Amino acid sequence: MTRALINTPKQAQQGEVIEIRAMIAHVMETGHRRDAQGAAVPRNIIHRFQCLYDDVEIFAADFYPAMAANPFIAFSTVATTSGVLTFAWTDDQGTIQRATAEITVV
Amino acid sequence: MALKHGLAAAVLALLGAGGLVAQEKRSGLDYMTPETRAMQEDDMSNPGMLFIAEGEGLWQAPAGAANIACSGCHGTAAQSMRGTATRYPAIEESTRRPIDLAGRINLCRQTQQKAQAFPAESPELLALTAYVAHQSRGMPIAPPADDRLTPYRKSGRDLFERRLGQLGLSCAACHEGHAGQRLGGSIIPQAHPTAYPLYRLEWQTLGSLQRRLRNCMTGMRAEPFAHGAPELIALEAYLMSRATGLPIETPGVRP
Ligand code: HEC
Ligand code: HEC
Repeated sequence: MTRALINTPKQAQQGEVIEIRAMIAHVMETGHRRDAQGAAVPRNIIHRFQCLYDDVEIFAADFYPAMAANPFIAFSTVATTSGVLTFAWTDDQGTIQRATAEITVV
Repeated sequence: MALKHGLAAAVLALLGAGGLVAQEKRSGLDYMTPETRAMQEDDMSNPGMLFIAEGEGLWQAPAGAANIACSGCHGTAAQSMRGTATRYPAIEESTRRPIDLAGRINLCRQTQQKAQAFPAESPELLALTAYVAHQSRGMPIAPPADDRLTPYRKSGRDLFERRLGQLGLSCAACHEGHAGQRLGGSIIPQAHPTAYPLYRLEWQTLGSLQRRLRNCMTGMRAEPFAHGAPELIALEAYLMSRATGLPIETPGVRP
């Protein structure tokens, strides 16, 4: 189950700069910790974040260890047309979590 | 070790300085940096809200041999659970002993849903407890006027004021004698349990009041009471009565 909080304006003027904020639940296991038995806990971080606006990539980021758990990211874009923003977070286990938000441009 | 001894010496020096000072009641929120406050106050950047969303999902999911959801009996949490967290711990009628909110939830899980209790500090129990407590956000803490709670509050107070552990400190020494002052990099709050379960940045996750209390006991070099121990419930009953009137903040954020 994807546990993500997305905040985008539901409606925007054409050409308006809008702020997009996204937070996702993820342990961001660094790979540097050991469990109670002393065995290394394998690294499992989200290493790629991507945002598509109607299937066109408008923002992407590579994440590295030492990022906090439950990463929060904020960026801006220009509202062009009414459509769907798709968010995807890919972690080291290959799991891709997705979320979407709709925007109406007037 | 050197650092730890240094810290202990600093604590002892600090505690020599003065006695108890009567203070205005202030939530830990008031002692935080503007950045951490802003994180708590904006639902979009408060990581605790991820757990509230998870709790809402669990509230609506049928579970156990009875295959019934919390919502199946309690309906909309915004109505049925409004104010509930302001009056826990409360006396549980079947045992005539105080029970905390997480314990009350686990009781429904066992007796009503006929499911296994969630383990202490499990993500599910934290999420459900936070979701239920969140329905009281902004409402003042209002412990029940139930005389049966009096002895528990009293034993909680005794624990709060008693010296525990190798450093010979009491909870009150820090949280009443030196609230608002610094201990290393942290500001010592007044220890009001207004925001639990809360997201602690140091934990990188949501945690219960019991986890917080166990942390403080470790810091005092005392052996922490086990999760669910009657001592921790008594401490909570005292801390809640001491915090009467302060608003519930769940999910809080703390450094
Ligand atoms: C050596 C000083 C010290 C002692 C003794 C101590 N604490 Fe704390 N306590 C702290 C500090 C410092 C913090 C805040 C930590 C932070 O901000 O990271 C804290 C935090 C807390 C909080 C969280 C408040 C909030 O706003 O969420 C509670 C509750 C609490 N302590 C209760 C207790 C209890 C109960 C005891 C005794 C069993 C105790 N403490 C003993 C220093 C102490
Ligand atoms: C089969 C029905 C049923 C189900 C399912 C159920 N409960 Fe309950 N619950 C009750 C009853 C009955 C009470 C006692 C009501 C009273 O004493 O006023 C109660 C009491 C409570 C209370 C205490 C309310 C108060 O005002 O003090 C909480 C909190 C609670 N339930 C949470 C939950 C949660 C969370 C779940 C899902 C994990 C759940 N319940 C599932 C029937 C149910």
